[in-house]
Amino acid sequence: MSALEVVVRALVTLVGFLVLPLIVGQTEHKVMAHMQGRLGPMYAGGFHGWAQLVADGVKFVQKEDVTPAAADRWVFRLAPAVALIPYLVAICVIPLGPHVVGAQVDAGALFVVAVAGVGILGTLMAGWASANKYSLLGAMRSAAQLLSYELPIVLSVASVALAAGTLSLGGIVGQWSPWWLLWQLPGAVCFLTAALAELQRPPFDMPVADSEIVFGAYTEYTGLRFAFFLLAEYAGIVVMSLFFTVLFLGGWRGPFADQLGVVWTLLKGLLVAVVIIWFRVAWPRMREDQLQRLAWVWLVPIALFQVALTGVGVVVRR
Amino acid sequence: MSDEVPDTAPDTATSPAPGPAVPTPPRAVGRHEGHQHAPARQGGLLPGLIKGLATTARTLVTPSHTTEYPDAKPALPPRSRGVIALTEENCTSCMLCARECPDWCIYIDSHKETIPATTEGGRDRQRNVLDRFAIDFSLCMYCGICIEVCPFDALHWSPEFEYAETDIRDLLHEKDRLGEWMQTVPPPPALDPGSAAPAEIAAADKPKRVVPERTAARTAARPAARPGPAVGAAAADGDGPDA
Repeated sequence: MSALEVVVRALVTLVGFLVLPLIVGQTEHKVMAHMQGRLGPMYAGGFHGWAQLVADGVKFVQKEDVTPAAADRWVFRLAPAVALIPYLVAICVIPLGPHVVGAQVDAGALFVVAVAGVGILGTLMAGWASANKYSLLGAMRSAAQLLSYELPIVLSVASVALAAGTLSLGGIVGQWSPWWLLWQLPGAVCFLTAALAELQRPPFDMPVADSEIVFGAYTEYTGLRFAFFLLAEYAGIVVMSLFFTVLFLGGWRGPFADQLGVVWTLLKGLLVAVVIIWFRVAWPRMREDQLQRLAWVWLVPIALFQVALTGVGVVVRR
Repeated sequence: MSDEVPDTAPDTATSPAPGPAVPTPPRAVGRHEGHQHAPARQGGLLPGLIKGLATTARTLVTPSHTTEYPDAKPALPPRSRGVIALTEENCTSCMLCARECPDWCIYIDSHKETIPATTEGGRDRQRNVLDRFAIDFSLCMYCGICIEVCPFDALHWSPEFEYAETDIRDLLHEKDRLGEWMQTVPPPPALDPGSAAPAEIAAADKPKRVVPERTAARTAARPAARPGPAVGAAAADGDGPDA
């Protein structure tokens, strides 16, 4: 790999990382609005408010960057980056097509799971450093949520890896066949639920429950740093949607996969993202104890069952 | 959510089965709450979630209710309370509106003007001249009491509502501005079919009272001798034949 190729790959990945969350965010604006009988943004940019998030970004840049006097300055300022960058790293290794990937990693599935888990560290840092009781509560909730929901994610990823016989994301897509949709269905449901929880998206948005703890760990943030947290949330949706697509929906597999592989991956990923948005609109927030209960009483056993099912399937197939 | 599962799951499993078989006990229980809650709980956990998804999906594909206001003007009902308009000519500076206003947001200044007598030896008349009539819409609470108490129909509701200002002091509308709003006042809504005629029209439509010849002559003959009783007697006299 030449230096030029590295630069080009890095740039393309960065652009994708900056554009895809905006697309998801705009989709959320419009889909949520129409699901609630509204129109959503209509003016920014002229055509159906397509530039609303750009305008929001400009607004965030103009705002004052406040660091509370009692805050742990460096940790406070570093937290948004810690929340955002893991998703950038994760998006590097998720393949959009057989050869369209930021960086080829052999154990891609493991890498993405590991890196995505780091993102929550940013929330913890933010909550701890803000010197604010709501921030701290939000961070504690985030931590509890991460602990509970990391396990179902890892188990369902393990199930797919077991079924494919490889941890490489490209290899998983290569091994994928349509009947996996049924075979891996419990794992897929587990993964999607746990991914929602890990992203702190409704109905698992207890860490930012505005009616209880203002905005959780992000309460004290303003301006660009706050925007980075928001971007991290949507980048997280992108990463989880694409990861789900690659693991459970066959990535670039589809008609004319040779030419349209990337389109298929992006399309499936967008579909998953829309489903994530849909859940947010349709369902109310869960209580903290319900959230823990769902993870340990339902998701972990289902994920374990899925692993067992996959094991049986693999043995029977051979 | 999840901790309801053990509760609802047996419910859903058992309730449909004994329901039709033993109708009376559930009905007795359900009189108060059971029946009310039964439809919600019948489905258990999953159908409720799916119902939520279905509702939002259905809303997604139905046209939204939004009226894009600055581009599309709202269709306001005829009696919208937008702004208060003033017909200056009707105002007698009687101050009723200013005194009834709960917010004290109407300011009236007037002075008396003497009108010289029109006939020789007559009395000079005085009338009020309105100098200032202002409504402070930053205080007004749009109760409409001023419009209701005005005895001379000088104040009217106009549906116009786009008079926001960047400076709160500009919300004090003086009488020329209040007069301009008159052009936006809609004609009064038509009466409901079969309703009684308005008082003015009823009075105009009433057949003119015919004063009998004899009474009229007698009244004329006795000009100012006993005005009170004479008129009374005349009226009493006249009533007989009329009736």
